[in-house]
Amino acid sequence: MKLQFTLNGERLELDVEPLRRLLDVVRDDLALTGTKEGCGEGECGACSVLVDGVVVNSCLVPASQVDGCEVVTIEGAGFERVRQCFLEQGAAQCGICTPGMIVMTRAWAERCRREGREPGLDDARTALAGNLCRCTGYGAILRAALDAAKERP
Amino acid sequence: MTPEVTVARSLDEALAALARDGAAAHVLAGGTDLMVELRTGRTRPERVVDVWKVGELRGVREENEGLRLGALSTCAELLRDSRVASHAPLLVAACREVGAEQIQARATLGGNLGTASPAADLNPALVALGARVRLRSRRGAREVAVDEFLCGYRKTLRERDELIESVLVPTRPAHERQLWRKVGTRRAQSISKLTVAVALAFEGACVSAVRAAAGSVGPRTLRLATLERELVGRPLSPALCRSAAAACARADITPIDDVRSTALYRRHAFARVLATLLAEPDGVPACPPS
Ligand SMILES: Cc1cc2nc3c(=O)[nH]c(=O)nc-3n(C[C@H](O)[C@H](O)[C@H](O)COP(=O)(O)OP(=O)(O)OC[C@H]3O[C@@H](n4cnc5c(N)ncnc54)[C@H](O)[C@@H]3O)c2cc1C
Ligand code: FES
Ligand code: FES
Repeated sequence: MKLQFTLNGERLELDVEPLRRLLDVVRDDLALTGTKEGCGEGECGACSVLVDGVVVNSCLVPASQVDGCEVVTIEGAGFERVRQCFLEQGAAQCGICTPGMIVMTRAWAERCRREGREPGLDDARTALAGNLCRCTGYGAILRAALDAAKERP
Repeated sequence: MTPEVTVARSLDEALAALARDGAAAHVLAGGTDLMVELRTGRTRPERVVDVWKVGELRGVREENEGLRLGALSTCAELLRDSRVASHAPLLVAACREVGAEQIQARATLGGNLGTASPAADLNPALVALGARVRLRSRRGAREVAVDEFLCGYRKTLRERDELIESVLVPTRPAHERQLWRKVGTRRAQSISKLTVAVALAFEGACVSAVRAAAGSVGPRTLRLATLERELVGRPLSPALCRSAAAACARADITPIDDVRSTALYRRHAFARVLATLLAEPDGVPACPPS
């Protein structure tokens, strides 16, 4: 099918199989390899991207369903502050989970701000529950997420 | 083999694609079940009808008989809807515990019904609420109680040309408590070891009507008939909560050993969880104690 969508602000038109995973479109067809594949089954969140502002697992989203949508991957704009917080807390080891963690943290931090909610540890845990890390033990990741949500622009 | 895919833009297009002769088409909604099935090869459909962009299947509407929820309602949408919150807190509590945020953004009500897994979390809530599913095909529409619709292990009464269009949650009685509890290995992103959903209506101190259902403790979402019988017409004393829960755990469920738990644990935990839940004064707890 002819797929039209916006990726990181750029309008694209591609010819793809409708059931091709958004993850494969992004990584293989468009060579944006920041988005990672962990489990390929929706469990780990390594493949998290934003579709129309909502975090989804790109391994579960068929290309047909992003037709006309705005997709943002870790290569897109707007992740700088969250990335800096992750750097400062040393919140990555192997790094496979990191892009997904940053994507989810950004969405969560923006939601806290929008709703005027004080970001808390429990809340951060819930938001990041679908992002698994095999290396760090989560302490540094949760600290980085809280830093990111508490910082005011 | 790559399946032939129809990306439907309207209800008519979707129904036409489902009505075609040849191999039965698989419906694709949020894809959180089907995309995994396709990737692992557990399901190899010849045809797929993607209904994600079918507007007629979206949205929540108030009707005379109750609240109508479009089949494409996602957990995230149901969690945000104030009408669902006041009408069916039980369903909201169940949605909150499906997967994690990324899954909630795509997992739909219709998909939970369509997969008909015994471990599905929304289905016990729908059964306890006495919900009815509306099926539509080119031949017309029909409504079936969710309890009957889920007729076996991953089996439903859906005919091959039918689409799950919506679910009706009937208007609630004046004095009702809705109860929900899921037990899993962790608070989020875990498939249930067991779930219980109960809707209790009261007249004065006495229980006047009950509907109850459970997940992951039998081959399908189970209606808890013994529990319902034990509670009706009586005041909900602590002793009754315990004895009815015990009787229910003996008679209503048929748990097995599997990768997530054992039959022994499930039966034991089920009785305890149910007794505690029934004694809960305010209905749906926001979150299970951790
Ligand atoms: C990581 C992960 C965690 C999960 N955690 C949970 C959990 O905690 N609790 C839980 O209950 N589930 C869970 N699930 C399962 C899944 O998310 C739910 O079953 C969800 O409701 C499926 O909805 P969907 O729209 O994604 O379905 P799809 O995958 O699109 O479809 C599922 C099935 O239903 C059929 N179908 C869908 N819509 C219709 C329709 N309108 N008419 C006819 N047939 C239809 C499809 O043909 C298919 O057979 C999880 C899944 C993953 C990957
Ligand atoms: S790779 Fe998509 S959730 Fe794990
Ligand atoms: S840093 Fe290795 S998985 Fe998280």
